[in-house]
Amino acid sequence: MAHRRTPLHILIPSLVVALCMLLPLVYLFLRAVQADSATVVELVFRARNIELLVNTLSLTAGVLVLTTFMALPLAWIVTRTRIRFRRLITVLGVVPLAVPGYVMAYALLGLGGHYGILTRTFGWEVPQIQGYWGATIALSLYTFPYLFLNLRAALLSLDGNLEESARSLGYSENQIFTRVILVQLMPSLMAGWLVIGLYVLGDFGAVALMRYEAFSYAIFTQYAGAFDRIYAAWLSLMLLAIALLFVMSESLVLKRRRLASVGRGQARQPHPRSLGRLRPLAWAHLTLVFTTSIGLPVLILGYWLLMSPPDLRFFLEVPATFARSAAAAIPAGILAAGFALPVAYYAVRYPSRFSTVVERSAYVGYSIPPLTLALALVFFALHTAPALYQTLTLLILGWTLATLALALGPIRSTLMQTRPNLEEAAHSLGHGPITTFTQVVFPRLRRSLFASFALVFLFCMKELPITFLLAPTGYTTLAVTVFTRTSEGMMAEAAPFAAAIVLFSGISVGLVLNREGDR
Amino acid sequence: MRNLLITLIALGLIVAVLATVLPFNNDDQLTLYSGRGESMVSPIINKFEQETGIKVNVRYGGTSQLAVLLQEEGDRTPADLFWGQDAGAMGALSEAGLLQTLPTDLYGDLPSIFTSETGEWVAASGRARVFVYSPRRVSEDELPQSVFDLTEPRYEGRVSWAPNNGSFQSFVTAMRHEHGDERTLQWLQDMKANGTQSFRNNSTQVEGVADGSIDFGLVNNYYLPRFKANDPNFPAEQAFFSDGDIGNLVNVAGIGIIRHTERTEAAEAFVRFLLSHEAQQYFTSTVYEYPVRDGVPQHEELESFERLLSVAPEMNLDQLTDLEGTLKLLRQADLI
Repeated sequence: MAHRRTPLHILIPSLVVALCMLLPLVYLFLRAVQADSATVVELVFRARNIELLVNTLSLTAGVLVLTTFMALPLAWIVTRTRIRFRRLITVLGVVPLAVPGYVMAYALLGLGGHYGILTRTFGWEVPQIQGYWGATIALSLYTFPYLFLNLRAALLSLDGNLEESARSLGYSENQIFTRVILVQLMPSLMAGWLVIGLYVLGDFGAVALMRYEAFSYAIFTQYAGAFDRIYAAWLSLMLLAIALLFVMSESLVLKRRRLASVGRGQARQPHPRSLGRLRPLAWAHLTLVFTTSIGLPVLILGYWLLMSPPDLRFFLEVPATFARSAAAAIPAGILAAGFALPVAYYAVRYPSRFSTVVERSAYVGYSIPPLTLALALVFFALHTAPALYQTLTLLILGWTLATLALALGPIRSTLMQTRPNLEEAAHSLGHGPITTFTQVVFPRLRRSLFASFALVFLFCMKELPITFLLAPTGYTTLAVTVFTRTSEGMMAEAAPFAAAIVLFSGISVGLVLNREGDR
Repeated sequence: MRNLLITLIALGLIVAVLATVLPFNNDDQLTLYSGRGESMVSPIINKFEQETGIKVNVRYGGTSQLAVLLQEEGDRTPADLFWGQDAGAMGALSEAGLLQTLPTDLYGDLPSIFTSETGEWVAASGRARVFVYSPRRVSEDELPQSVFDLTEPRYEGRVSWAPNNGSFQSFVTAMRHEHGDERTLQWLQDMKANGTQSFRNNSTQVEGVADGSIDFGLVNNYYLPRFKANDPNFPAEQAFFSDGDIGNLVNVAGIGIIRHTERTEAAEAFVRFLLSHEAQQYFTSTVYEYPVRDGVPQHEELESFERLLSVAPEMNLDQLTDLEGTLKLLRQADLI
């Protein structure tokens, strides 16, 4: 199969993606060579960078562990048990993605201290959560849905026959989980970890508020403090190098894994099982995950609103602002999912060194600091297509490049679990590549495509640096409004907009995921 | 299902096409890049639009992001004006050759601490560096006289700063200018050794004092009044160091006209409006900043204009442009 020629409708979009991902690299290179070598040495090779890198890596490790403990049981509960309100739980499991990082940090910070919510409301004085643990918890609370969605998609498309065979061979439930299911889940676990790891690498908002010093500090300072693009390019390249390590280690783990079932017969979903004795435990887990990841931000927003209720006119601006956010986030979601499909298909069905490189290139847009990506697009738009500059099209394009890697995860995991035999059979029955794609491949990928769309949509709804630089002048989104107001200490005026991000994005994603269940 | 998808795609395309085709930049419209937040400045911009009939399109963003963006755009920029949060950013743009010379009659009657020697930008409002403190945990005799006092053992672990913050960095630049690099580096290192805690920005430091994480914070003057406006019992106070101490640096938000604009006349009208009595009154009454001209009734939370001029150290704002040197020191002290 690997030696068959790749059809053009897969190859061309994949190449387009790879070329687009080259743009920011070319830009970084152009800027980096402008630097003076002595300053580069001073900036790049200093002991402090090592210290910051170690901090960043230990933060990443902490977040990966914590998010796994949150997401894996959650995905298991909604796909394999007959728990009540499964749809609602699924939607709630995605909503935290809509919480802007700094809002989550404010929510955690706002609890403790002399002037914290607990002290002022109940007189309980608890210390503030900050530093390493503060950053780890805050990041985990709003990134675990990446893992949850990936795992859920994988669990849903997992062939139930495997588990049943294992059961009939006398495996215990625990053995089935560790030897059968966990192995099958590896691609989606890795995809989720990779996306979260790269996110943690670049996050500045929550980390800075928690006063934990990570590598993103260095990059932020170079742009913000020095108004400089040239040395910041060097630091961005350093960050990309680490991101590359992450991406490569994922590939190494996944290499030569054969996960699709080979026998005859239809893959089918396992029957959801009754929870039995585990019911209280499951509910305890759900309660803990959702009171922290959704309850805390809702609490802080409500608190801001009640402490100093803002004028009604602030609420009236919310719908139009939401419409502006969504009008760019929806096309970006569709584009990202649309391009992720051929890229993932190319890499999974036509594995070669080249197709792997093409697929991995998608991570450039996601792991490059967003400010750098935006500057690259400014540069190329002004030099090649000035008419596009400061139009919505460019913003949508920027968001698509930044999020393509997010969209890849769910699609790729599902493809790895589906047999190519079906497609081959369709071919042999005389279906052309296009009808095979629409009739055989697409239906099996529908769920993953929706998950991809949802991930991208939620990312864009709260995205800041790219919006700041690429949106049309005067095109204020919800995220921009919330950020500018909170950074001026106008919490109450920011709260309705932050609530709108969480609420409306939550509802829209809920709608999408629910439609998916209807099929 | 397919219908929903098609509708979504169609909607997205229509929006994208409209956004591309609709002109966002007309001849009689000004484009302003504002590093100042929308909620602070949009009322006064609306006022300008009403009075002159000139429409202003505002691009809001971080001061530094917009300054970097203007450099990237160069002569292709759609911007006519830049309104930045501090003198350092204005100086950086001026040095990059992106601003044009303003007519002297615009700023001739302002005190020299509010103008630039290059004449390429002017202060639109002033803000002072102060220290915020907890009246509960700080006794009268502990209030520092100079920012250099804070390295004493009795302040160990009780003070905060924001090394990544533009206004803090401008203050360090001013200290270097006044006391030299060596003494400044020594101060930074002594402060660090004394357990000074790094915060994200000014407002988080004010919250930190209220929350009890710290007892003193080095901040700009206008954050605490905003917290007090929401809660009169907010548990923090602020004060100046003694007169002329570098810790009381008066910095500014500045406005400049982009060199490549074709709308100089309208842009000048905007600058003139910002310096007018009316706009200055707005800055002090609503945003708690200092006016740049005398004769504007001060907000009660702020010190008087004369008092401000007497506590402020002698400092030419053009001296605040050497950010590279400041970052170098901050890096040497391992603060950034």
